[in-house]
Amino acid sequence: MAEKEYAYFLGCITPNRYPGIEAATKKVFKEFGIETKEMIGASCCPAPGVFGSFDLHTWLPIAARNLAIAEEMDLEIYVTCNGCYGSLQEADHLLKHNERLRKKVNEVLGKIGREYKGKTKVNHSIVILHDVIGLDRIKEAVKKPMDDVNVAVHYGCHFLKPSEVRGHGSPERPYILEDLAHAIGAKTPYYKDKLMCCGAGGGVRSFDAPTSLEWTRQKIVNMIEAGCDCIMHPCAFCHLQLDRGQVEMQNLFGIEPKMPVLFATQLIGLAMGFSEKELGLDIHEVKMPEKLLK
Amino acid sequence: MGTLLDEIIEYGGEVFGKEHMETVRECVQCGKCTGSCPSGRITAYRTRKMIQMARMNLREVLSMYELWFCTTCFTCYERCPRGVKVTDIIRTMRNIAVSEGHMSFSHKKVATYVFKTGHAVPIGEPQMKLREGVGLDPMAPTTQKFPEQLEQVREIVRTTGFDKKVGFDWETMKLREELEEGK
Repeated sequence: MAEKEYAYFLGCITPNRYPGIEAATKKVFKEFGIETKEMIGASCCPAPGVFGSFDLHTWLPIAARNLAIAEEMDLEIYVTCNGCYGSLQEADHLLKHNERLRKKVNEVLGKIGREYKGKTKVNHSIVILHDVIGLDRIKEAVKKPMDDVNVAVHYGCHFLKPSEVRGHGSPERPYILEDLAHAIGAKTPYYKDKLMCCGAGGGVRSFDAPTSLEWTRQKIVNMIEAGCDCIMHPCAFCHLQLDRGQVEMQNLFGIEPKMPVLFATQLIGLAMGFSEKELGLDIHEVKMPEKLLK
Repeated sequence: MGTLLDEIIEYGGEVFGKEHMETVRECVQCGKCTGSCPSGRITAYRTRKMIQMARMNLREVLSMYELWFCTTCFTCYERCPRGVKVTDIIRTMRNIAVSEGHMSFSHKKVATYVFKTGHAVPIGEPQMKLREGVGLDPMAPTTQKFPEQLEQVREIVRTTGFDKKVGFDWETMKLREELEEGK
């Protein structure tokens, strides 16, 4: 029997570009007794730095509609993208604390037969791994320890910030991804500008891709210089920028795409004995090295 | 008519609360935002300058290309010693810019993907095959799969008038800009 059930808010990039993230998360969660339910009719979150920059009064009701779908299922949400996390958690926070705003948003939702009630909770999948499943059970499930692997931890932005809303401690000293990497035996070397953004957010990628890739170039070079073997991250949008971005960078800057990019559940899934194919790692732009697959 | 600063506080206040937006008045131009900004190392975006231009009622800030180089990473927001909610102020300035017609073509295109499919990044045939390869249904059960669900998102966009701000023509499902220039 399932220990706990969640509504999985997929967003855009996970299901439509990197379905391996979706498959890996469902498979790893299932191993730990966590069941996933689909959110029928969910849309784009919509991206907090993009649609939040265009029109906050449209961003909010679309996000509230997504929250209302989970409320109708009577379930809490989990996400695999910092953009989705940022958008849905922020919308939920604003609407829970501002009655006038809630009324205004519900007037819009009323036209489509939905209502935001403030009954769900938005969770990030890596917090479920860390706090609900727990490090001990993850350690016990490891079949292929990552003892000789140096993991470049990349947090992205909207998982940690704004910290007053996210509630995962200081964004200057995060620990959740490091804890998860250590639980599967990996090392997490410090690298220059470890907490820097991937460069994609806020509409910068769509506005001026070469400029956004300069952020990415700096991060990748810093990871290589610190001797990292792969990236572990919690965000589908960062994933797109870091993985697809390395191919784009090859054309722009002549840098070989060689830093593999793994969503947290994909790396943990490998350590648990799932195959490259089961986790959708074979469809990434940057190929997985033998070191991770052995 | 009020100043740009009044307008920012009023507009953002409706969403974030007035108190949140009033923090803009606390800025002492120390520059910690700019010093912390990853964009500022790479681009001509200067957070401190954007905030000061807003405070000085210099409306030309709304048409500046640089205003769109913030990735909303929230580093300045976290580090501001005066508690200025910088990122939300920048997002509000961008909202006002969009209302006044300052929106790039590429950003309008991103908006149209949501109007057309409900997703800023929609799925295509090749990605459906990728999904099947990892044992998933070719299409996730989202707005792109269910037209009646997509219609709800479109109704929201029409209700708030965002479609008009972007200049979207529902009959041709194209931007007016595309129709005029034959893009």
